[in-house]
Amino acid sequence: MKILTPLEFEKSIYQIEDKIEELKNLSEETGIDLDNQIKTLVEQAQDYKEQLYSNLSPSQKLQIARHSKRPTFLDYVSMITTDWVEMHGDRAGTDDRAIMGGIAIIENQPVMLIGTQKGKTTKENLEYNFGMPQPEGYRKALRLFNHANRFNLPIITLIDTPGAYPGIKAEQTGQGIAIAVNLCEMAKLETPLITVILGEGCSGGALGLAVANRVYMLEHALYTVISPEGCASILWRSADMACIAAESLKITSDDLLRLGIIDGVIKEPLGGAHYDWEMTANNLKQQILESIKELSKMSGNEIKTDKYDKFRKMGVFVER
Amino acid sequence: MSLKDWFAKRKKKQLNVALVESKISGDDLSKLWDKCYNCNTQLPKKDLEKNMFVCPKCDYHFRIGAKTRIFQLFDEGSFQEIDCNIYPSNPLEFVDTMCYKKRQDEARTKSKLNEAVITGIGKINNWEVAAAVMDFAYMGGSMGSVVGEKVTRLIEDGIKRRIPIIAITSSGGARMQESCLSLMQMAKTSCAIARANEEGVLYITVLTEPTFGGVTASFGTLGDIIIAEQGARIGFAGRRVIEQTIRQKLPADFQTAEYLLKYGQVDMVSKRKDLKEMLERLIRIHSGALKQGANK
Ligand SMILES: [Zn+2]
Repeated sequence: MKILTPLEFEKSIYQIEDKIEELKNLSEETGIDLDNQIKTLVEQAQDYKEQLYSNLSPSQKLQIARHSKRPTFLDYVSMITTDWVEMHGDRAGTDDRAIMGGIAIIENQPVMLIGTQKGKTTKENLEYNFGMPQPEGYRKALRLFNHANRFNLPIITLIDTPGAYPGIKAEQTGQGIAIAVNLCEMAKLETPLITVILGEGCSGGALGLAVANRVYMLEHALYTVISPEGCASILWRSADMACIAAESLKITSDDLLRLGIIDGVIKEPLGGAHYDWEMTANNLKQQILESIKELSKMSGNEIKTDKYDKFRKMGVFVER
Repeated sequence: MSLKDWFAKRKKKQLNVALVESKISGDDLSKLWDKCYNCNTQLPKKDLEKNMFVCPKCDYHFRIGAKTRIFQLFDEGSFQEIDCNIYPSNPLEFVDTMCYKKRQDEARTKSKLNEAVITGIGKINNWEVAAAVMDFAYMGGSMGSVVGEKVTRLIEDGIKRRIPIIAITSSGGARMQESCLSLMQMAKTSCAIARANEEGVLYITVLTEPTFGGVTASFGTLGDIIIAEQGARIGFAGRRVIEQTIRQKLPADFQTAEYLLKYGQVDMVSKRKDLKEMLERLIRIHSGALKQGANK
């Protein structure tokens, strides 16, 4: 395991690994054979890790989904594509940097690739506005959707956003309308649309790119109507209840698969995507290619019907 | 302007903000009906009702429920409710400070409604329309599975009958207690509107006090024509969320119908008394495009 900023609940793992390291050093310095002890300890540590990571609480998963070392949209772009040409701007005065998109090749397959971008540093976060798009970002995405539709390119949207930006200008230029229009226009596309939630998939800001034929989540990603913090401050009137809200909102990939809201979960390495970028990227790529293969058999009309039927079924109510 | 005047004006402005805030908090208005929120005039409830719940002194538009709206807008006795037998359930077994089931019971008692929207077929000056009318009194008009399903069925029905579809919104947004299932209602309703677009069936939305969040970001603002009722608060993010994010106070007229008109987000602002006639005119002008819609 590479040395990364440990999360609170990971500290015990790091302590064990420090101990193993100590024993190795001791063995080297003194020449005492500790191989058996070290081997046992390594095995025990592995068991412990598997135990820990397969029983994460929603709020622990939330910390992984928001981990500062978690790969971002652009990281995946560089790992899964062999060619990528970014297309800028909404053609109406703005190039929102929180939503990026362009044409790309994934293993000989041309695609339109669109995603929300978070930064890893303060400077990057300012540029990408912490992954919170403005209306202009959604309008840029819409332009790219229509471009893809014209040229029969499957569309891949990769989402990691705490939500659409709440600001004065965003309201003036129609944040709600921009998202609504995207929902409606995505339904009309005749080219396959595949969405993967990479990290945070919060509220309308995420859905504005996700009315897709297939929706997948990375194992530790979350998908929710509102951030657990936002929910806690409204329903419990205290942001400190975010843990409980995360639990109640059923935001994990397992929950959403069970509720029929997503089509599958993409496996992450033990501990989360940040421990092995390449492996995560490869799993992501395989799922994308598999879905394109499946969906490309459908006609334009079938693509639309498939999407309609998918969302038409969603919702739980009683009729009597 | 003298400094004294400036302070007086500023104070008045701040007062207005405070009034608006309390209006949105969803307190039981019935107790206070007789006093205008804006000009503080004491108004006999009967007069207010006769004036469509608009203050005769200052033109302030009170928030009204779905049943009142239907009574005001549709030809007498013409509105036939559909899908009134759909009830919410508790798919996530959600509990916050109260169980979701209990919240539903309380909302039903308080609002005398089964859910936050009434859908049906009715007539506006003899023009048949499919209409969804939301009610803020039922859990803040929030959209969960039931609202999404009823609105979607209504749109599908309107397309089948080839009659104009009207949505009158009043909602705080998505219903958190149904989490992602609520979020998906935004997609579901928008997919249905996509079909109405493709079929050339007219869809008009009327945004009323207040319309926010998931409803603004889905069927609320997808109207071929968007009407905002005078004075209504309409937006995506809530005022408080924005204030916390940008750490500054917002102007008093922020997110009002008039503000949205100024920024090109709605086609028009309508007074309540003019709404019926406006809808009729819009439908009449479009009736040529509706193959069998013109029944007059
Ligand atoms: Zn008044």
